[in-house]
Amino acid sequence: MTTPLLEVKNLRVQFPTRRGLLTAVDDISFSIAPGEVLGVVGESGAGKSLTGAAIIGLLEPPGRIASGEILLNGRRIDNLPFDEFRKIRGREIGAIFQDPLTSLNPLYTIGRQIIETILTHLPLTPTQARQRAIDLLNEVGIPAAEKRIDHYPHQFSGGMRQRVVISLALAAEPKLIIADEPTTALDVSIQAQIITLIKKLCRENGTSVLLVTHDMGVIAETADRVAVMYAGRIAEIGPVSEVIHSPRHPYTVGLMGAIPSVGESTERLTQIDGSMPRLNAIPSGCAFNPRCTRKAEVGARCTSERPSLLPAGKTEASCWLYASTTADKKQTVNA
Amino acid sequence: MMNTSTTNKILLDVRDVAREFDVSKPWLNRVIEGQPKLILKAVDGVSFTINRGETLSLVGESGCGKSTIARVVCGLYRPSRGEVVFDGVDMAKASTETQQQLRKRFQMIFQDPYASLNPRWRVGKIIAEPLIAHGIMTDKVQIKKRVDELLTQVGLSPLDQEKFPHEFSGGQRQRISIARALSSNPEFLVCDEPTSALDVSVQAQILNLMKDLQREFGLTYLFISHNLAVVSHISTRVGVMYLGRLVEVADTKTIFNRPLHPYTQMLLSAIPDLKMTGKQRTPVAGEVPNPLNPPTGCTFHPRCPHANDRCKAEAPKMLMAEDGSSVACHAVQEKRMPIRLAA
Repeated sequence: MTTPLLEVKNLRVQFPTRRGLLTAVDDISFSIAPGEVLGVVGESGAGKSLTGAAIIGLLEPPGRIASGEILLNGRRIDNLPFDEFRKIRGREIGAIFQDPLTSLNPLYTIGRQIIETILTHLPLTPTQARQRAIDLLNEVGIPAAEKRIDHYPHQFSGGMRQRVVISLALAAEPKLIIADEPTTALDVSIQAQIITLIKKLCRENGTSVLLVTHDMGVIAETADRVAVMYAGRIAEIGPVSEVIHSPRHPYTVGLMGAIPSVGESTERLTQIDGSMPRLNAIPSGCAFNPRCTRKAEVGARCTSERPSLLPAGKTEASCWLYASTTADKKQTVNA
Repeated sequence: MMNTSTTNKILLDVRDVAREFDVSKPWLNRVIEGQPKLILKAVDGVSFTINRGETLSLVGESGCGKSTIARVVCGLYRPSRGEVVFDGVDMAKASTETQQQLRKRFQMIFQDPYASLNPRWRVGKIIAEPLIAHGIMTDKVQIKKRVDELLTQVGLSPLDQEKFPHEFSGGQRQRISIARALSSNPEFLVCDEPTSALDVSVQAQILNLMKDLQREFGLTYLFISHNLAVVSHISTRVGVMYLGRLVEVADTKTIFNRPLHPYTQMLLSAIPDLKMTGKQRTPVAGEVPNPLNPPTGCTFHPRCPHANDRCKAEAPKMLMAEDGSSVACHAVQEKRMPIRLAA
């Protein structure tokens, strides 16, 4: 395997509140190879967006990285001072957020915003930067880019705005893009256009993507690997086709069964009873244990000891079902 | 369109309903700037029927008028044209008394379970409100018993009626909305995106619950959603809307296996594919036009690969095919479009 572009090691994000310390992201580790698209799925509150925000250094106070390391190209970035991080943000890590209306400044033309990003990060003259901005807009499929560059965000439709945001993220040719629910605010037909666009651009430029979404369909189409998050932890991580077709973790199994699919006439959907625990009441042991249907097969260990990611088939699942007999496995896979 | 022998089978008959909104600037601005009135046709001539015990879903992209239909059907908006006939009675022409009688028989479930429950009322009071408003029950003990029963039916505990809405999660709140809707023993529920604000696993719980309740009480649903997978799971029949008009209505199986209208075909091919059969999505260029200034003729013609001069000039009518499905498209009616089977 090639050296990973991004490595996240034992990341923990915490929020100190009046009622105590809340751990929103709890000891997660993963890596992204150059050119790879890693999907992160989970239900609301699973910590998927916070993982993205932590990587790009945009955690809202009082949220903070309590422990762990984030390495970009082997360089540690989680402890950089604010000014140092600004040079990375946009230049090496780009971001696409859910709502294209709030990620653009309504008072400036889109051209001004793109050119500003280009001039901040690349050694170009204003004329060259403008030309590059027009090229970028053409690349993301905005018709009549020479004219549209001087328009304001409100003059664009939702899908077009998201294209502008994508061109903004690509402006300084970053190696990694954090895409946080990039298609959630869009209609299906526009969603298809945007996904095709993100895929095409990443393939052409060799950009890696961390794709955060709750839509398994989007992941299935776009990602190479997928991490399923539950209550701030990774429940399962592995190649997309494996996780979708033969999920190993009981939560992933339930989640996949819960998604209705077109053309399949099932009378009832699989349902996971109960709901995700609140951050201040995460059960001991495996966070999923109160809702798990296969708890009986393992026994008391589920409620007493937290499982780390264990190899399960072609994926890795943090579930004691896949522990070989005793605790010996635990040490070896704690990478 | 409707013959008399099927009248009693049909619970809701929506005939050529239109709803317009005046979105013009204030009078003085209009006079100064010399601008005409701006009328937004949110729904423009929609007709459909719903049989007892079935689920009709309306799908479409944002702004196609599906929620407006739901509100017109419930009487929250008056239709600008056309009529809504519930169980043989024209809602607009009926006397106030008859209307009140009819209002007991249908209820609505809204999208956002956070906004549709009064945060300052206890759950018990919320659920009992329709009972009291319709004068179905007056005895306090009886009402409490009924609320207990309803909470159990939707999978909550009778003890929950002392709590406030904020103590519940999104899925549980949607269960409370459903319990409230069921309290007056309605026959017909209008569900406007009931699961859109929920996570998939919670969505599965709510969809299962709705199906169970339908079987148990013989409920009829008008289900509004933009999620085609959810629609294919829950509906008996599906209507596809585009810019305020219905473009195709058919059985769920038919519409997903053999979509006729080019817009339906486009919507279906745009669904992200979970099975990853390697099928390439065919993203259709273009976006939904501004409803203030819709295209002439068939409103879909600027995005349609099969459009010709007739499509640009003349709006197609809904025509019934042999198998009971109906479609509004010149290309289909002239048989100049290849029928495509969905993968």
